Amino acid sequence: MINLTMDGLKISVEPGATLLDVARFYGANIPTLCYDEALSPYGACRLCLVEIGEPGKSRLVSSCTYPAREKLNVRTNTVRVMQTRKMIIELYLATCPSSKTIQDLASKYGVTGVRFSPKNEECILCGLCVRMCEEQMQAKAIGFVDRGVNRRISTAFDRKSEQCRLCGACMYICPVCQARCQGPSEESTLCNACLNLSPPCLENNDHTLCYMDPCAACELKKKTNQ
Amino acid sequence: MKKNTVLGLEVPCGPNGVSVITVLQAIQGYYGYLPEEALEKAARELKVPLIDFYSVATFYKNFRLAPQGRREVVTCTGTACHVRGSEKITEEISRTLGVDIGSTTEDGEYSLKCVNCVGACALAPLVIVDGRYYGQMTSLKVRRLFSDNPTKTEQTVSSGLSE
Amino acid sequence: MDLEAPKIKSAEEFFYIQRNYQKQYRDNNRFIVICGDTGCTARNSKAILGNLDRCLKEKDLSETVGTRFTGCLGLCESGPLVIVYPEEILYHRVIPDDMLEIVEETVLEGRIIDRLIYRDPSSGEKYAYARDLPFYKKQVRNLLGGNWKTDPTKIEDYIALGGYEALVKAVTEMSPGEVVQEVKEARLRGRGGAGFDAGLKWEECFKASGRKFIICNADEGDPGAFMDRSLLEGNPHAVLEGLIIGAYATGAREGVVYIRSEYPTAVEKIKTAINRAEELGLVGDDILGSGFGVQIYLSIGAGAFVCGETSALIASVDGRIGEPVQKPPRLVQHGYLDRPTVVNNVETLANVPHIIKQGAENYRATGTEASSGTKIFSLVGKVNNTGLVEVPLGMTLREIIFEIGGGIKEGKAFKAVQTGGPSGGCLPASYLDLPTDFESLTEVGSLMGSGGMIVMDEDTCMVDLAGYFLKFLADESCGCCFTCREGINRLLELVQNISCGRGSLDQLDLLKELAEVVKDSTLCGLGQTAPNPVLSTIKYFEDEYRAHILQNKCPAGVCRALITFEIIESYCNGCGLCKKNCPSDAITGEQKQTHYIDKDQCDKCGICFSTCRNEAILKQ
Ligand SMILES: Cc1cc2nc3c(=O)[nH]c(=O)nc-3n(C[C@H](O)[C@H](O)[C@H](O)COP(=O)(O)O)c2cc1C
Ligand code: SF4
Ligand code: SF4
Ligand code: SF4
Ligand code: FES
Ligand code: FES
Repeated sequence: MINLTMDGLKISVEPGATLLDVARFYGANIPTLCYDEALSPYGACRLCLVEIGEPGKSRLVSSCTYPAREKLNVRTNTVRVMQTRKMIIELYLATCPSSKTIQDLASKYGVTGVRFSPKNEECILCGLCVRMCEEQMQAKAIGFVDRGVNRRISTAFDRKSEQCRLCGACMYICPVCQARCQGPSEESTLCNACLNLSPPCLENNDHTLCYMDPCAACELKKKTNQ
Repeated sequence: MKKNTVLGLEVPCGPNGVSVITVLQAIQGYYGYLPEEALEKAARELKVPLIDFYSVATFYKNFRLAPQGRREVVTCTGTACHVRGSEKITEEISRTLGVDIGSTTEDGEYSLKCVNCVGACALAPLVIVDGRYYGQMTSLKVRRLFSDNPTKTEQTVSSGLSE
Repeated sequence: MDLEAPKIKSAEEFFYIQRNYQKQYRDNNRFIVICGDTGCTARNSKAILGNLDRCLKEKDLSETVGTRFTGCLGLCESGPLVIVYPEEILYHRVIPDDMLEIVEETVLEGRIIDRLIYRDPSSGEKYAYARDLPFYKKQVRNLLGGNWKTDPTKIEDYIALGGYEALVKAVTEMSPGEVVQEVKEARLRGRGGAGFDAGLKWEECFKASGRKFIICNADEGDPGAFMDRSLLEGNPHAVLEGLIIGAYATGAREGVVYIRSEYPTAVEKIKTAINRAEELGLVGDDILGSGFGVQIYLSIGAGAFVCGETSALIASVDGRIGEPVQKPPRLVQHGYLDRPTVVNNVETLANVPHIIKQGAENYRATGTEASSGTKIFSLVGKVNNTGLVEVPLGMTLREIIFEIGGGIKEGKAFKAVQTGGPSGGCLPASYLDLPTDFESLTEVGSLMGSGGMIVMDEDTCMVDLAGYFLKFLADESCGCCFTCREGINRLLELVQNISCGRGSLDQLDLLKELAEVVKDSTLCGLGQTAPNPVLSTIKYFEDEYRAHILQNKCPAGVCRALITFEIIESYCNGCGLCKKNCPSDAITGEQKQTHYIDKDQCDKCGICFSTCRNEAILKQ
């Protein structure tokens, strides 16, 4: 057994567990976009960051790929973690505003504005589809093509793949295309129409700080209260 | 050094036999680029999914999926060359030859590409034409280099000393 | 001499052969060295060699005067270099036709040819002997020194000068544990960037059991750095010897040299070196009858900067795309083929034979307490003596740039020096007295990196430079981490906005904030250090950013959107040169009349600015 500290709690876990496994087991709230229990972890979305090491010498690592180690001091909700995560979500929103998953994350973590110029990408390169295709479907029809900013998902030579089984698993698992959000308008990448949104004002701020005007959720609440 | 054959080409072995990269290098060494059919055949022969070949071929800068021009023009865009103005040199070549970075002229004569430092920074900014180094380039030298009568200028340019 | 050499089977045999080689070497002490490195060959040094051979034949001197076509001699700026031994007379900027005179005058008559000797650009003083040049005088050329006297294709030269003695000592007199201990005591720190203690790494691998690997990282991807290339091209056996000793110490029986394909000459040289060492039995099974054996493989890269990162390098050796993976598990436990693997930089390995030969204590006498030994820097950019310099760790930047480098080109003002490659930082003049060692550089927001040192003068725009590095990194990132791929891309977008005059102070704050996030949230060293150029330029040159934002001015006159070109009427004599050369046809004017630039047509390429002989063009 490995003994470590997580958010001040002394715990012992089986060797081989990742920090994300441990955190989720103990109920810590860690968002992920590129993780799936059935697939090997990849560490691409960087949302699952946690802080490890003693204060002053600590660093952030992706918990989904970091193995639990003896005497590790892990903190999952420090200011540093939260601020970094918020910025990452803001970047996601600016890049891929039409994903409902991302819009939900934004409202959950209180991202109330996007300072980058909006883009409309259809893929966040989380690689879930690639791993799904390889590990669960044993097909290996798709993969990463090119590198850096030009990286994309495709089949070999961008042609229909002979290996593809047309199972649809890649589409099923995709966090971006599986749930489309129609909300965001041209100039703001932040969705403000979706009723499933749990507005940040209810969790963190009082009403006066609400950035949405009018806020769909507030309107709804007003209506039900009437 | 041990060798194996794939597609009838000799491929050097690492500690773990041949790899996708060494096979691609051998194919490119033979054809000058990576023809689709050759990759398909190699994938079948090695029993590796074709996408692995394609991923690797597009990830690394040295692999080409299309044939190249007869003459290869390379400009260095490393830091030393950048601070001595390589951007303008590249632009000038692109303009003079009418070819974009990473592509080939329509007549198949010149291919232009950029690399990040060839390690001859003392000669910055640097242009390499068919393996020949031309140092301390200026826009003027570029135009002279690709003018109709290159032989004379080639010498002055390549000595790198005269302006 | 070219008889096939039998394999060396014991230390005695080695020393016997060495004595023969030494005798040969001494007997041929009249020889001429021509630099055959990339810089000088690009300036025709091959033709110089050809001419020299012809001259020697004509004069019937082929038997008595030797020639050596060597690796980099250091002073690339003044190439092609020729050195006449045994006097060590150095001639610079030699052209092929000079060779006849050199043979007639210097070799036969012993006279020095005045016009070919080196003249210091700043003081104007002349130096005939290589050892007197200020450029070389302040250096400690432990590693590069070998380049001068050895023909890199000849193992005989290397052995004659004491090469492979360290290997003999290690495998016949020391246990692997003792070698590890010696390297540990020498406090040899990795020269590839991180400065990790090589001895500790070796020790950990030494303690592991089973199949192990040692890999030499010759992927030198930092633009503006060519130390490793010069070592491989000039003295490949030194690197190879270090690798073999490393294999012996760590217990690896398979070694790999991972080398980038952009260095074709280095690939050839190291290949020849491996073959020659194999022929002599210094690589292969049962080296020197000790029972220890190692196979060396060559793995040629395919063009990806990120493959210099160790885990990506291992993926690449295995033929996969160069995607780094999270550590732990550490590579010394789970590396190549999931086996314990040590990865060492070229220069790190080249230090090893010196440590074994002279002992840790002597080795530590050079350098500082925490960073011992020497470091090779490639001094490039706007400095007078561009080239390779090897200095004890801890020498100040001022000494390197001004005393060895001879100051800034054309007498301009020093502005900044960039160390540590694309992910290092830019340091302003106030840090010129900073000692160059791992800690000091990291402390001020830069890096030692692999040893690139790019000097910039007043004509370099820091915003443009930050953008340049970001563009490089955006292209070279593997693209796996979202914050690296998209983060760098967005940093670039912000920097470009600023350099186009579309920036705002809010954007500058956002730039800083995002830079910190990218640094914190990425997986490998590339992403973690990518914001360094931005952060360090903002830290030390914030004024320049502000000038772009608030005054819409680029103080260095580089950012195109913010500069204009104009012809000063009173200076223009109407020669028409600018008009002839302007690629955008933006200049009008009759012969002998004042010319004008159409600002809307002007592409701001600056060609007119550099062609005008009357300094009539004003850049603002
Ligand atoms: C993006 C990146 C690029 C690197 N490039 C190189 C390189 O070109 N050459 C090198 O020796 N080390 C490079 N390194 C450093 C290596 O990861 C590693 O630290 C080094 O090879 C270890 O050898 P050493 O301990 O002998 O320095 C790079 C690191 C990163 C993160
Ligand atoms: S297509 Fe979807 S699942 Fe695949 S990488 Fe992109 S976002 Fe992830
Ligand atoms: S930090 Fe960048 S280069 Fe490194 S693994 Fe992540 S995406 Fe790749
Ligand atoms: S080159 Fe100079 S002097 Fe001649 S026309 Fe142009 S600006 Fe005038
Ligand atoms: S879940 Fe860990 S990085 Fe995506
Ligand atoms: S930067 Fe161009 S050769 Fe190094």
